[in-house]
Amino acid sequence: MYSEEHKRYLNKIKRYNFLIRISQILLFIVFIVVWQILSDKKIINPFIFSSPKKIITCIINLHKTNNLYKHIYITTLETCISFILGTIIGLIIASIMWWNKYIAKVIDPYLTIINSLPKIALGPIIIIWAGSGMKAIIIMALLISVIVSIINIYQGFTSVDDIKIKLMKSLKANKLQIFKKLIIPSNTSIIINTLKINVSMCLIGVIMGEFLVSKAGIGYLIMYGSQTFNLDLVISGIFILCILATIMYYLIISIEKRLSLKN
Amino acid sequence: MNILEIKNLKKIYHTPKIETLAVKNFSFNLKEGEFVAIVGPSGCGKSTILNMIGSLDNKSDGDIKFNKDIKIGYMLQQDALFNWKTVLDNCLLGLEIKKIKDKNYVLNLLEKYGLKGFINSYPTSLSGGMKQRVALIRTLATKPDLLLMDEPFSALDYQTRLSISDYVYRIIKEEHKTAIMVTHDIAEAISMADRVIILSSRPSTIKRIVDINLTDKKTPIDNRKTKEFPYYYELIWKEIDHV
Ligand SMILES: Nc1ncnc2c1ncn2[C@@H]1O[C@H](COP(=O)(O)OP(=O)(O)OP(=O)(O)O)[C@@H](O)[C@H]1O
Ligand SMILES: [Mg+2]
Repeated sequence: MYSEEHKRYLNKIKRYNFLIRISQILLFIVFIVVWQILSDKKIINPFIFSSPKKIITCIINLHKTNNLYKHIYITTLETCISFILGTIIGLIIASIMWWNKYIAKVIDPYLTIINSLPKIALGPIIIIWAGSGMKAIIIMALLISVIVSIINIYQGFTSVDDIKIKLMKSLKANKLQIFKKLIIPSNTSIIINTLKINVSMCLIGVIMGEFLVSKAGIGYLIMYGSQTFNLDLVISGIFILCILATIMYYLIISIEKRLSLKN
Repeated sequence: MNILEIKNLKKIYHTPKIETLAVKNFSFNLKEGEFVAIVGPSGCGKSTILNMIGSLDNKSDGDIKFNKDIKIGYMLQQDALFNWKTVLDNCLLGLEIKKIKDKNYVLNLLEKYGLKGFINSYPTSLSGGMKQRVALIRTLATKPDLLLMDEPFSALDYQTRLSISDYVYRIIKEEHKTAIMVTHDIAEAISMADRVIILSSRPSTIKRIVDINLTDKKTPIDNRKTKEFPYYYELIWKEIDHV
């Protein structure tokens, strides 16, 4: 069915993609091996820089004492809650702003101020107001994620083509119909992109919050490790965080794929 | 019978710095089944007049009176099709908004006007002319009695423009619609309209209304070959204010 030339072309693409995958894996292995060798030979100080073996032992220990899953669970839970809350609040406020330009204009400067404020500065106040528990962490994550979502989504809402709005009006659509049938569908890709940013924003907020107040979670693990000068624990925490963040990112990507398949 | 009577229509646009008198003393009557073209220099207020008739814009003063409870369809310069909807769903948009489920009329139109094979395609895979036809069917789907068209063909190249105007003309006549069309193209106006309204430059008032009487009036392309055509062209060309 295919010509010889096309088969050769397809083969070339296959080989190329295979090469990329292999190189990616190799890079990881080389990194781990070199790290291990350097610390075995005491070229780098294993106490400060740890080593792959020590990290694995550390994670196995966490697993044995059953602490590993508790920390992962806490951080995941906090991230999910703040992600869902942040997305919902962001969407609702952006919609209200689109609906009522007056409100949008009134709150615009306040959004800018809150957005440019380094949220970590609010940490002490949040602790005093919300206590040193999960509530404070979620508030921190929300502060970081919500404002950006509002600004992004609202921007998308207002940049919908005027001609299309005119069209909807000429077909006698009311404002709610314009919103549901034009504004939302034409902004799906912007909303999805905001979700992607939101996940990482929430994770940043959660870890920051855990640094400040918590008694559990990956951020707590890292903080605890650094205070007791247990660098194995710190780097294990970072490693687990890497995996967690990647999984969350791919979850959003798969949602995106499912949505774009529908279109 | 007059379907629409407009008296002393006036429009002022307000911006913080200036006010613009766009339309004043615009009066005219539209008969049922008639095809009227509006021509005039750029920026004189043609779109403004259409928007007020279609109540997309508020008038400052004057009367717009419909003699029946008629439905209005609006055809924009750009097709404004939704990329996330299929051709069929785009055409059904007006019905969807009115919560009407009946697809048969739209399916008929799509079939009749050569879009049957594209019902489930997305607008991105259509040519400019096809998109414009889809846009027209979307307008017709709600069965309007009066069609308002604001330079409906100006986004098209000349070839497509000629054939689409033939198409649109045929559809409008076959479906017995009344129509007002704004255009820059004098030839297009003469070849399609029963009457041509010539507007002055802004603030636009009616400078002259020309009745078009062609022998053997047929399709727009054929009408361009009639012996009266050059005469009307000359007449209208001279009347329009040129900058
Ligand atoms: N929303 C608006 N605000 C302020 N002024 C406006 C607005 N819309 C149109 N105008 C002004 O009103 C006048 C008439 O505009 P209109 O769009 O009706 O012209 P037009 O005849 O359709 O022009 P064209 O042939 O270029 O489409 C113009 O001078 C324009 O500057
Ligand atoms: Mg115009």
